[in-house]
Amino acid sequence: MNSEGRVRTDQRINSDLLRPLMQTSWRFYLLVAIFGGIVAAALIGWTSQVTRGFGITGIRWPVYWGFYVTSFVFWIGISHAGTLISAILRLVNAEWRRPVTRCAEVITVFALMIGAMFPIIHLGRPWLAFWLFPYPSERMIWPNFRSPLVWDFFAINTYLTGSTLFLFLPMIPDFAVVRDKSAGLRHRIYRVLALGWRGSPKQWHRLETAMQIMAIAIIPVAVSVHTIVSFDFSMAPVPMWQSTVFGPYFVAGAIFSGIAALLIAMAVLRRFLHLEEYLHPVHFENLGKLLLMMALLWGYFVFNERLVTYYGNRPGEMAVFWRTQRESFAPLYWTMVTCNFVLPLVLMGIRPFRTITSCVIASIGVVIGMWLERFLIIVPSLGHKYLPYSYGIYRPQPVEILIAGATFAAMTLLYVLFAKVVPIISIWELKAGEHVPSTLIPPATQEHPLGELHL
Amino acid sequence: MPKWGMAVDLDRCNGCGACVTACHAENNISTVGAEEAARGRAKHWIRVERYWEGDFPDVRLKFRPVMCQQCDNAPCEPVCPTYASHHTADGLNAQVYNRCIGTRYCANACPYNVRFFDFFNPSWEKPLHLQLNPDVSLREVGVMEKCTFCVQRIKGATIQAKADGRPLADGEIQPACAQACPAKALVFGDLDDPGSAVSRLSKSSRGSKLLDDLGTRPSVTYLERQS
Repeated sequence: MNSEGRVRTDQRINSDLLRPLMQTSWRFYLLVAIFGGIVAAALIGWTSQVTRGFGITGIRWPVYWGFYVTSFVFWIGISHAGTLISAILRLVNAEWRRPVTRCAEVITVFALMIGAMFPIIHLGRPWLAFWLFPYPSERMIWPNFRSPLVWDFFAINTYLTGSTLFLFLPMIPDFAVVRDKSAGLRHRIYRVLALGWRGSPKQWHRLETAMQIMAIAIIPVAVSVHTIVSFDFSMAPVPMWQSTVFGPYFVAGAIFSGIAALLIAMAVLRRFLHLEEYLHPVHFENLGKLLLMMALLWGYFVFNERLVTYYGNRPGEMAVFWRTQRESFAPLYWTMVTCNFVLPLVLMGIRPFRTITSCVIASIGVVIGMWLERFLIIVPSLGHKYLPYSYGIYRPQPVEILIAGATFAAMTLLYVLFAKVVPIISIWELKAGEHVPSTLIPPATQEHPLGELHL
Repeated sequence: MPKWGMAVDLDRCNGCGACVTACHAENNISTVGAEEAARGRAKHWIRVERYWEGDFPDVRLKFRPVMCQQCDNAPCEPVCPTYASHHTADGLNAQVYNRCIGTRYCANACPYNVRFFDFFNPSWEKPLHLQLNPDVSLREVGVMEKCTFCVQRIKGATIQAKADGRPLADGEIQPACAQACPAKALVFGDLDDPGSAVSRLSKSSRGSKLLDDLGTRPSVTYLERQS
């Protein structure tokens, strides 16, 4: 490509991807008002739960965890979309990743923020939540380091810090672009965010190195986070919880639901921000194949878990097994199997079906199915724990439904706001992809050709 | 140091429920009303489980009083993030209400479902509010509560015996449930004292632990029915 053409491409990328930042239509305000309203309603709901008492939820003896813990596990699962996918795609240098990575990393950070609220929302005395934190108290009382809930605290904090850094690093050059193209207050804010980025070869080199380190470091963190979330269940002697398969099962499910969330987010962004030129059908096609692979993996884990339980044939476990397989939870169970296995297998497995629309349909199915999966892990077990006398049923109450539902509004709201202040597709990575064939990208130790980019 | 335990003779239990009432009165367990109780919010630190055997009309009813089993290897203890649920030197599973933040993890981990959550601040139907026990603290909304083996009585009797300069006698301490049981189905005492009534009963060939195969090592022994 000659240099004139290169400049023209750069300008087009800049104007296309900065358009959402520079122009705001009434639709943006409407979206923010609607989703902000739902989030505000959930806040009121939670306030009334705190002031009137936890009893306004449907939690009861012996089902002491319900919608809140389901939402917790679900959102921590969704958070695995981003960082993990983007880190792996970066490490294997998949060219098609370029427009996808940032959408994915943002999902991680926001989903983690939403998920991490639930351990506090579900507390009986949330005003004492800081007792979970290891802070030096004058009474020398520390949290109980044997408790999986304390492991959660460390795991989620590590992951949130790591993925925030991982999201922020590649945003620096883009902040510099916005800085250079804006004036006034916006210029001053982005000047701070850009951290003095000038685009010198040294800076590019350091950025690449830092991202390489983060991409490698974040993968074991992501795997450990959902393993530890699964430990919340597998460490307790509850039928169908105490299972060695839970760690990988939860991690696979998390990545599965994460890819689905990413596909939905990408399709929505493509449609509403008019990014058809950047998010091509091939991106959906490739992520669709990943979704298909994860559906197979998920099916493998469920089959494994179920078959081992069935052959183990222990009375406590079989009570829960039949409750989900055939009895009161069977409609939810088979909906889950349909949404998580049958639907993605058909839509993503048969090539002509693998379109953007069916990617979205399959992804919505997977998101519903994975939410049900978490619910079906938690509630049937707690309701059928060993002694038949203490069996119980759980009926979610309006406040729980409101808060659990509002998390989706919160996610959308955060996403909409984020897309307003940061280019949702990484400008510099896209330009690098336009200019340098992947085979020609030298290792990070050499001086980087990106240093010559006109940003 | 004593090791507190209980023996429950299922032959003697006739399911009258006196233990449940006595426990409520002794331990300031708030009543929640019929509507909340139907929603699974009743707090019975001890309950009488009823199981029917056979098909109607040829049925037989079996009773089993179930309270906190005060396990030596209690699943509720390691999962508590704040040490609200912890093990005492004399083998009790203590619950520190003031330290509890209400994760309810302990109750989920408990295979016996003998832990209860305070969904609202405590209240009593009149005139029950006039008979609160000054030796037992009230629990505010959002904490877990459970059977303590009437730890206030254990402490009271231990301190009294120490003040009198004598050892504790077997049977001197009686939890409210054991005291109220008209059939004397519940026997409480020190398992470390081989001569105590509870030690002798616990060694009975009829004795078994509830959900023994879970490895929780309960301090409560059930003597199975012979008839």
